[in-house]
Amino acid sequence: MTEPMMKPPKRNLGPVKWMRTHLFSNWYNSLLTLAVGYLLVTSVGPLLNWLILDATFLGNGPDDCVGAGACWLFVKQRLNFFIYGFYPDELQWRVDVMFALLAVAFVPQFIERFPGRKWLGIFGITGLPIIGYVLIPGGVLGLEEVGSSKWGGLMLTLILAYIGILASLPIGVLLALGRRSDMPIIRGLCVVFIEVWRAVPLITVLFMASVMLPLFLPDGVSFEKLVRALIGITLWQSAYMAEVIRGGLQAIPRGQYEAAGALGLGYWRKMGLVILPQALKLVIPGIVNTFISLFKDTTLVLIIGLFDILGAVQSTIADPAWQNVAIEGYVFVAFCFWVFCFGISRYSQNLERKLDTGHKT
Amino acid sequence: MKKQTVNSRPAGPKPWYDPRVRALFFQVISLAVVFWVGWVLIDNTLSNMQSRGISTGFGFLGESAGFGIIMHLVPFDATMSYGRTFWVGLTNTLLVSAMGVVAATILGFVIGVARLSSNWLVAKISLVYIEVIRNIPLLLQIFFWYFAVLSNLPSPRQSVEVGGALFLNNRGLYLPGPVTQEGFGLVWVAILVAIVAVVGVRMWAKKRQMATGQIFPTFKVSVAILILLPLMVFFSAGQPLEWDVPALKGFNFGGGITLIPELVALWIALSLYTASFIAEIVRSGILSVSQGQTEASKALGLPNGLTLRLVVIPQAMRVIIPPLTSQYLNLVKNSSLATAIGYPDLVAVFMGTTLNQTGQAVEVVAITMAVYLTISLLISLFMNLYNRAVAIKER
Amino acid sequence: MTQHTESTDVQAENKPGIIRVEGMHKWYGDFHVLKDLNLTIDQGERIVICGPSGSGKSTFIRCINRLEEHQQGKIIVDDVELTDDVRHIDSVRREVGMVFQHFNLFPHLTVLENCCLSPIWVRKVPRREAEAAAMEYLERVKIPDQANKYPGQLSGGQQQRVAIARALCMKPKIMLFDEPTSALDPEMIKEVLDVMIELAESGMTMICVTHEMGFAKTVADRVIFMDGGEIVEEAPPSEFFGNPREPRTQQFLQQILQH
Repeated sequence: MTEPMMKPPKRNLGPVKWMRTHLFSNWYNSLLTLAVGYLLVTSVGPLLNWLILDATFLGNGPDDCVGAGACWLFVKQRLNFFIYGFYPDELQWRVDVMFALLAVAFVPQFIERFPGRKWLGIFGITGLPIIGYVLIPGGVLGLEEVGSSKWGGLMLTLILAYIGILASLPIGVLLALGRRSDMPIIRGLCVVFIEVWRAVPLITVLFMASVMLPLFLPDGVSFEKLVRALIGITLWQSAYMAEVIRGGLQAIPRGQYEAAGALGLGYWRKMGLVILPQALKLVIPGIVNTFISLFKDTTLVLIIGLFDILGAVQSTIADPAWQNVAIEGYVFVAFCFWVFCFGISRYSQNLERKLDTGHKT
Repeated sequence: MKKQTVNSRPAGPKPWYDPRVRALFFQVISLAVVFWVGWVLIDNTLSNMQSRGISTGFGFLGESAGFGIIMHLVPFDATMSYGRTFWVGLTNTLLVSAMGVVAATILGFVIGVARLSSNWLVAKISLVYIEVIRNIPLLLQIFFWYFAVLSNLPSPRQSVEVGGALFLNNRGLYLPGPVTQEGFGLVWVAILVAIVAVVGVRMWAKKRQMATGQIFPTFKVSVAILILLPLMVFFSAGQPLEWDVPALKGFNFGGGITLIPELVALWIALSLYTASFIAEIVRSGILSVSQGQTEASKALGLPNGLTLRLVVIPQAMRVIIPPLTSQYLNLVKNSSLATAIGYPDLVAVFMGTTLNQTGQAVEVVAITMAVYLTISLLISLFMNLYNRAVAIKER
Repeated sequence: MTQHTESTDVQAENKPGIIRVEGMHKWYGDFHVLKDLNLTIDQGERIVICGPSGSGKSTFIRCINRLEEHQQGKIIVDDVELTDDVRHIDSVRREVGMVFQHFNLFPHLTVLENCCLSPIWVRKVPRREAEAAAMEYLERVKIPDQANKYPGQLSGGQQQRVAIARALCMKPKIMLFDEPTSALDPEMIKEVLDVMIELAESGMTMICVTHEMGFAKTVADRVIFMDGGEIVEEAPPSEFFGNPREPRTQQFLQQILQH
């Protein structure tokens, strides 16, 4: 009955055919390909030369950077400052421990079926901040104290983004619940809070935190600059977080609320045991996306005088000893951010795809 | 039956178990907490300001500012008031936002469509652009353009020159400025006439299509009228327009239009950054129109061009417009990064210099936030009106 | 095979072989979906195609108006061979109407606008005439009162009837139905089938992929059974249902007639 297996006629095989269909299918596509190809060829070569072939990697100081290419020596020599800021050399192991713990807690989240990755994640948002709170500033348990004015570079960037997201999560949950509440006054307060913060740029929030916060506080009470910035970032971020979580709450079908109510659960049990666990799982991609934008936005703290990684680079490229190293510095920072953000966004896209197939049929 | 139920309500529960009473209680409590916190903050602020010798109120807006601003669209000099600095900052913010919105929209749509191109090279380059640009902080990109690119440009004497009219150097971008001569009024009239004519042609073409079914090339004819009619008038009136071409005078250029490097850097960075987000919005908007829609359209015999114009784009635009407006809003907010490179926008001039000089933190911050809040509310108002107008009717 | 005796006004001449499929093959990548199909359909014939899911029946009728490309063999519709040539494809699509499983009405246009879109832009009919014609077809499918509503405001059965009217507005010579009732609730299937039966009685050439065996028995001139991308059996309905030859057909009929 069944005839012998037939192979499809060879149509789209071979590089020539491939190029015909994908690059030169008609006259304007061919023209476009040639133009874009020309631009690409003329720009990639010099770029590669500058980045690698003509670049200086080795040497002892500014005088060794004489080639036509990039002066990576600059980044190499200042790397310690870019990562730790003014954190004392002999105490940097404390920061390294935190980096390692951060990696242990969160890198497995990218690997499916990693044993115990759920527990590592839970450690990442509970135990890790406590350890960090002890280890980084010190001053207890016989650890030498390091004031927050000495923190800087990549380490500060991570601290800002990590605490910002962690602290805004619970506030965001409460705001989201408030905005979906039946009580008009509570709903109104939450709407006003969320919309005001979302409407203003982060810079105004940071300015406010650094200029106005001291005015709000009674005499004798004052916060360090870093804490003020963190308060501003957290309030601002929690408004965005609330909107993400509200999206998740809205996606939970009515039946779930009704079923939980029918089981006799009160409001907080219903939310805590039935609705929120589902909603939060749904919005993980959204939370990851807000994390990415917060991570990029932490660079703004340099405007109020904190040395995050961009601030650290910005302050060193003005060093007269090094000639024209601005581009090298920026490329280095751009690369750091790109690796983080691109990696995390890929992860969230995968997650979205997985959740998508799980919830629609 | 109904009467009975009204009269014989079940005996009410004890107040504490009545959900309405509980709700009222919680709301009163939370309102009280908010008021209390607000009162404490205001009280602290007032006493703090008193102890620092800062007076409250908006009287400072009338005082003389005493500082200069490198770029202003409304007339300004150092003798003018702090209130004036507000307008200078606001107009500068609106200028760079408007320039950014236009450039980002054009670039974003082009890249978004290119991302779906059948040309492999073009599609891949668009993908690389999007993935690189949107994953790098905007502030870094602004720094890159300002400190690494524009300040490394040659000095005015060695300017990069395009056609003897456009000059680019480390002091900015110099463009020839149009100066209208006597008789240019006729050209304005011609433009007005052309617009009226186009409206007329469109109405006529629609009517004719209704009656006879013939399709008139409205778009091409409209473009032709809009361009040709003013041009003809322009030339027959003896070209009543002169160009004020920038020229090197001493150490710098004079004449024409000058875009300061701060503006150019901010504009480029904002446009490139926002375009990468808009491109993704455009792409997913087009992809959101289901395969079934294009198939149905093709099955009805509509060729590709008409399928795109009558079926895909109208549906894609509904998906694209809401996130697009929120990108515009983001762009306006992001323009406040101007502070970092010294472009005199609202935040830099008003929340920066004016606040520092007067110390009126509360008032200045309140005014600045109110401006952004107003812009945001206006944009969401427009959004809601638009959504109501185009919402696809469902049961 | 037999010409339907009632075929009347719509088609004046009964042209033999309005659709000819000769040695047609189709692959998805390396997967051989359609294997050596040969079929000739005369004008005015009503063909029902059935078969288990994944047998390639939908793919087959989608090849007839080139929503899918075939890689080998010939498809000739109304003397026009389907090739890469855009002009051929456009002219075939003008003559072939199609109704989809999921209706695929344009949600941004009203029912009337859905119906008039193609006549106005492709056939260049004046709008008033197009609207008048559309109203006539909407009356034929019994929903003229819904003309100014949007598709989202109609029930599934009503939407599918609009989709049929929309296809008819192009005055096609051939109508393709791709499982038109599969996405409908049971109580709505009948209203759509009634419209299709009426259409069949007016002499329209129809190819219909469906699981509605009652429809096949009353309307079809020929029933085609497909399995694994091949045409397994082809017979008039009396023979097909009464005395199927192939074991695969027998098995299939047993499965669906059990219920």
